[in-house]
Amino acid sequence: MEIVYVYVKKRSEFGKQCNFSDRQAELNIDIQPSPELAELFVERNPVDTGTQCSASMSEHEAISFWFEMETRGVNHVEGGWPKDVNPLELEQTIRFRKKVEKDENYINAVMQLGSIMEHCIKQNNAIDIYEQYFNDTEAVEVTEEAPSAKTINVFRDPQEVKRTATHLSWHPDDHRKLAIAYSCLDFQRAPMGMSNDSYIWDLENPNKPEIALRSSSPLITLEYNPKDSHVLLGGCYNGQIACWDTRKGSLVAELSTVEFSHRDPVYGTIWLQSKTGTECFSASTDGQVMWWDIRKISEPTEVVVMDITRKEQLENALGAISLEFEPTLPTKFMVGTEQGIVISCNRKAKTAAEKIVCTFSGHHGPIYALQRNPFYPKNFLTVGDWTARVWSEDSRESSIMWTKYHMAYLTDGAWSPTRPAVFFTTKMDGTLDIWDIVFKQCDPALSLKVCDEALFCLRVQDNGSLIACGSQLGTTTLLEVSSGLSTLQRNEKNSASAMFERETRREKILEARHREMRLKEKGRAEGKDDDQRYEEPAVDLQELVAKAEEEFFDVIFSELRKKEVDAVKKSKLKQKQAVDTDQEPEEEDTGQEEGEEETPA
Amino acid sequence: MVVNAEGIPIRTTLDNSTTVQYAGLLHQLTMKARSTVRDIDPQNDLTFLRIRSKKHEIMVAPDKEYLLIVIQNPCE
Repeated sequence: MEIVYVYVKKRSEFGKQCNFSDRQAELNIDIQPSPELAELFVERNPVDTGTQCSASMSEHEAISFWFEMETRGVNHVEGGWPKDVNPLELEQTIRFRKKVEKDENYINAVMQLGSIMEHCIKQNNAIDIYEQYFNDTEAVEVTEEAPSAKTINVFRDPQEVKRTATHLSWHPDDHRKLAIAYSCLDFQRAPMGMSNDSYIWDLENPNKPEIALRSSSPLITLEYNPKDSHVLLGGCYNGQIACWDTRKGSLVAELSTVEFSHRDPVYGTIWLQSKTGTECFSASTDGQVMWWDIRKISEPTEVVVMDITRKEQLENALGAISLEFEPTLPTKFMVGTEQGIVISCNRKAKTAAEKIVCTFSGHHGPIYALQRNPFYPKNFLTVGDWTARVWSEDSRESSIMWTKYHMAYLTDGAWSPTRPAVFFTTKMDGTLDIWDIVFKQCDPALSLKVCDEALFCLRVQDNGSLIACGSQLGTTTLLEVSSGLSTLQRNEKNSASAMFERETRREKILEARHREMRLKEKGRAEGKDDDQRYEEPAVDLQELVAKAEEEFFDVIFSELRKKEVDAVKKSKLKQKQAVDTDQEPEEEDTGQEEGEEETPA
Repeated sequence: MVVNAEGIPIRTTLDNSTTVQYAGLLHQLTMKARSTVRDIDPQNDLTFLRIRSKKHEIMVAPDKEYLLIVIQNPCE
């Protein structure tokens, strides 16, 4: 369709300049839609159109201007010469120079500058002030940060009936696996329907345990074999020893016979260093320590009775609650008993009586944890009743260092494998204490409340920074300690060993003094007659009693008197105040009261 | 070498081209350094300029009219 618009211009007006003017829009052509054309089309309903549900992006081209850069040197040509001097002519330049040199200003300036320059040159000649100092000490930043620990993960017991997590063991090679033994330690109060399983957890998956270890009786302790990481050893509540192989599944691979096992729950099981990697030993509160070879687990290879009177009487035996074995000292092992005594034993002794070497007593209650310091095996840590104590093998009478008595019972403790002066303890109120004895000895360096229920066991991973602690409701918390507490500090080994030695010496001196005093007492007592010895104590006793009574009553009366005087003072004060406000002479009254009160006293 | 305020080397122990190069470049640098120091604190003034490079050290002692430039090999 052709749209034609015609406009008219006079010939005489051709070539004139254009005068533009503004006017309203004019409608030139209006083409109405014709309905006949609609007949030619077919209506489509529905219509299929494609759309794209994605971010609409547009492409745009832009030309950035090229900016070329070139590195060029600058050719310095002598400029600055005054107009009358031609820089190319040598004579003129020389003449100019000489003229300048004769200038007084110039001479002074040069002299001055020369002296400054000389100083710096001499400095340079003397020492190289720009050399690299402190080349040796690389950036060893002393971690001034406060010690801290944060929770990384929490593993909850998937069972409904909650059991206590009684023992933890880290996988020896793969530090992402943790074996936890669950059981109920209340005497015969295990709730109905409590499962007997214990679990192996993978740290990456805290929702579900990786492997479940089924047993007929709940496991109290569980240990990975350090030589063969597929084998685990467990001590059961009913006294049996069980062995699992994770390659074979979750059922028990080996189980000791009930007749030859312990009679009480097995509280400690440790693998021994042996060529075969199959030997282990266990301890229980029935007073026996048994050695086993898991290839023939039906009966123990050796049994030692923890009888400190060395008579091998089971009735006198002390129940063992913790066991300690250091692979570097393969013939010695230590047992912590329910009665608070640590028994140090020698495995290679000929007679059974000689197996028990010495005892250390000092705790008031069962010793729940016993561990040698990984750096200084002569010193060991015991945790029991309300304190944690550090002992030295040389000092047998008492521990060399001890913590104060806490409010809550201590349940487990362990040394840090990377720092000789750091150890961890858990308490029944759910707190984890980290002690650093080169930093502070009277309080823990860090005390964390991990959970509301009691914490029962603790295990530090070999790298020293991850700690797992198990609680009464089966919740195991994984914590990471700050690097200040897990990396070896400078001089720490020296200061820790110096501290241990110093404390040991102190105890030895005290022991020696005690012994001397006892000898003196004995000497004095033996020097008198027997009769006199009998009478004197009696007389002395009566005198002592009388004296004690006197002193007692004196103290009581003086206290009473003090109280009365205080009361008088108080009432005087009150009355004085009343006097000031009322302005009535009540002095007579107070005088009277004073007199009254003094007479009975 | 001793250079005057306009960059003309008055006295020098090096050859001409090196002198000219040093004079021109260091003069500009000294001016810049001086103006920097003055900008930060108008009461302050540049007393000495030391440039330590891998091979040697360039020391410049500026004055109102002249510039004393010394190139030294440090004793290492």
